[in-house]
Amino acid sequence: MLTAVISGFIFALLIPIILGRLKSISTLWVALLPLTLFIYFLSKIPEILAGNPIKTSYQWVPSLGINLDFYLDGLSLLFVLLISGVGTLVFVYTSAYLKGHHYLDRFYAYLSLFMASMLGLVLSDNIYTLFLFWELTSISSFFLIGFNNDKEDSRKSALTALAITGFGGLFLLAAMVGLGQITDAYQISAMAPMADAIKDHSLYGWVLFFLFIAAFTKSAQFPFHFWLPGAMKAPTPVSTYLHSATMVKAGVYLLARFTPVLGNHEWWNGTLIIVGALTMVYAAIHALFRIDLKGILAYSTISALGILVFLIGLGSPDALLAASIFILVHALYKATLFLVTGIIDHETGTRDVTQLGGLNKVMLPVGIAAMLAAISNAGIPPSFGFVGKDLIYEATLGMGDLAWLLTCLAILTNVALLVAGFVAGIKPFLGKLPEKFKNVHLPAPSMYVPPLILAGLGILFGLFPGVLEGGLIKPAVSSLTGARPDFHLQLWHGFNLIFLLSLITIGSGTILYFLLKPSESLLKKVTAFDRFSPQSLIMGISRGFALAGKGWTGFFQNGYLRYYLITILGFLSLLLAYRLFIGVDLLINTDVMTEVTFYEAVVLLVMAVAILFTVFSKSRLAAVASLGVVGYSFCLIFLFYSAPDLAMTQFSIDTLTVILFVLVLYNLPKYLKLSDTRVRIRDGLLSLIFGALISILALEVMSESLSKETTEYYAENAYLLGKGKNVVNVILVDFRGFDTMVEITVLAIAAIGVFGLLKLHLRSTEKE
Amino acid sequence: MKTIIFKSASVYLLPLLLLFSVFILLRGHYLPGGGFVGGLMASIAFVIHSFANGVENTKNIVKFHPGFLMPVGLALALLAGSLPLFTGETFMTGLWMDQPVPVIGTVGTALFFDTGVYLVVIGVTLTIIFTISEGL
Repeated sequence: MLTAVISGFIFALLIPIILGRLKSISTLWVALLPLTLFIYFLSKIPEILAGNPIKTSYQWVPSLGINLDFYLDGLSLLFVLLISGVGTLVFVYTSAYLKGHHYLDRFYAYLSLFMASMLGLVLSDNIYTLFLFWELTSISSFFLIGFNNDKEDSRKSALTALAITGFGGLFLLAAMVGLGQITDAYQISAMAPMADAIKDHSLYGWVLFFLFIAAFTKSAQFPFHFWLPGAMKAPTPVSTYLHSATMVKAGVYLLARFTPVLGNHEWWNGTLIIVGALTMVYAAIHALFRIDLKGILAYSTISALGILVFLIGLGSPDALLAASIFILVHALYKATLFLVTGIIDHETGTRDVTQLGGLNKVMLPVGIAAMLAAISNAGIPPSFGFVGKDLIYEATLGMGDLAWLLTCLAILTNVALLVAGFVAGIKPFLGKLPEKFKNVHLPAPSMYVPPLILAGLGILFGLFPGVLEGGLIKPAVSSLTGARPDFHLQLWHGFNLIFLLSLITIGSGTILYFLLKPSESLLKKVTAFDRFSPQSLIMGISRGFALAGKGWTGFFQNGYLRYYLITILGFLSLLLAYRLFIGVDLLINTDVMTEVTFYEAVVLLVMAVAILFTVFSKSRLAAVASLGVVGYSFCLIFLFYSAPDLAMTQFSIDTLTVILFVLVLYNLPKYLKLSDTRVRIRDGLLSLIFGALISILALEVMSESLSKETTEYYAENAYLLGKGKNVVNVILVDFRGFDTMVEITVLAIAAIGVFGLLKLHLRSTEKE
Repeated sequence: MKTIIFKSASVYLLPLLLLFSVFILLRGHYLPGGGFVGGLMASIAFVIHSFANGVENTKNIVKFHPGFLMPVGLALALLAGSLPLFTGETFMTGLWMDQPVPVIGTVGTALFFDTGVYLVVIGVTLTIIFTISEGL
């Protein structure tokens, strides 16, 4: 299974090289990779069906519990088949859709990268690799959305999507760490038996909160839904693959995967029902007013995701069955509609539904695919969508007190979705063909066959639901509920309440479709409310964040050395003062002090005079020279206290510092006044405070009993291990040689920096 | 500072100070000194010469830009550090010759490492000072 996941990553690396050499031939063969994976996973069905989930494990960072544990059960199987199956068709479709595109190689590389990450995500059993693959899908999605990188709104949408999903990814990490803390396990499959203990744990609420944020951002739930319509800037194959069939379902997958571990708790069910219901109704109503085909599909996708979250929230076996079926139903019809939209866009150059019509006359196979998808979406028998919708109503009706409220919400959503599906799938193909589209022709078969296959499956599964039941749906439901499911899928249940509800949905939806004509003026009226949408709110927050960041940076990183010094010294003083005056007894240990000798007094006097001269001197050069005097006096102090090494180094450094100062200052213009009195008082005060605090600190240190362990170790071992008698030097070149190595590297970098700064500056002035 | 005394003294001071800096470098392992101080001393020697004779003349003595000493020194230090890897020991383990070399004393990888430090310090100091004195 590792090979199956890794192959996509390797393929992504190789494909730009291969395609670079094979410019002339069709890229249809690229679809062989997902096709092989699809067949490989299909071959695993018997094993899963027998009730044996496949588990493999490869050690990666065992000390941190990060291992490549893969786990293929019914739920994973449903997703891997979706990913590789839809992937195959999308790869085929792309070979015609982006034929001859300059960056086709890059596109395939991103697509394979995405597919591999997605497979890794749904197969991961380890909580950390789950996070890793989760983030990889966000990153590859970023590249795919921003594929048309010469368009500004493309780049902007890619960034928004990355920001939202990446933000959610961090929450996923938090949730996983929390779960790891609670269970002390790293494998999801090992957590299910601990479900009760987890729910009683005090961290349960937090884990739930983090997990929900992660799932809601990824699966575009209210109020994080707005990145998905933006992501429609991506080329259509991407919208099909990532933003309807697979990636956005990752959040749903996450919730489904953790249902046996975290589910069946009032917080879990309550939150998911509320958020799911809100999202499905809100987005479905939004979808009614769009006129861009992709916009309609984006909102109806959000609504469908809302339904899935809602169903997982209901949590009953019926609801989980409905969710498993609906994942498949939705992937089939929505991918078809997206692919059809791509064809329309490709051939006519517009996605505006108000302009489209009568395309059946020029591209009948595409029209058939679209109408089949619309029928499945509407839940009209004998489509697979009908089976799905029945199950949804069955799930909501089984909810006791809330049954009627939840059922009404589901009907409302389904009616709106039906209208949206008709607008996207039927309206462009019926009616009168506009004059300007007379010359539109059918695209290459590799473009219209994939949607036909998908739409055909949508009907086929409806007619023969038993095909899926045993192989796919039963294992998926059993991995969700943990029990052997006893249900029997069928198309026709007889005339009962659920059938009546389906009829009501279809009837009122069709009436609404004829009443409501999407138009630009209607869209304008709706977009007027955008100001109050979560999108503007979150965008406002992010703008405020950017502004605050700019202000903060502008304040601290102002580019003036003097202000940097004030900031550093002021902050240090505050910290020191806090630490010194709170909790420390100020004691001066006079025992360890020696008498002040005569020559020490003289040196100190010289230093004091030099300091005063530095501060009050009117000449910069004189001030620098007297600073040098202070430095040299220090050398003497070092010498008195038997630190010849320090003295030597200090001496050389001081000499060079003064030289550098002189070199720089000599060339500066002469000011009449160095600084005004207020600034001098401010700086003087700060210096005095800082100096005083450092002095107190030094005196305090003497009253602490020193640990001599380190000193003695070095002193004893310098000759034994380092073969040198100069302990300081042995430490520098041997004991802590690696530090020195890094230090000289830093020095070299600094020198290169100075060189580059001054020389580059010279070049630009030379030009003038 | 174009006095004749300083100018003529600088010509003799340069080799003397350089020799002294090497001396400081070599004695570092047993007595006060070492690559860092040695490198600073050598830089001071060149700086004195450049004050008396101008940066251009000093640069002419050494045919290459002092900046080249930085990669050379870094490479030498890295090499001295990685030499023990070939004898199966960890990075930066000190290796020493059995017999002391006349004049220099016992030679080990630490000495090469220190020489690397010495070269880097000269390279860094002279690059900065020469760049600034040229640039302004």
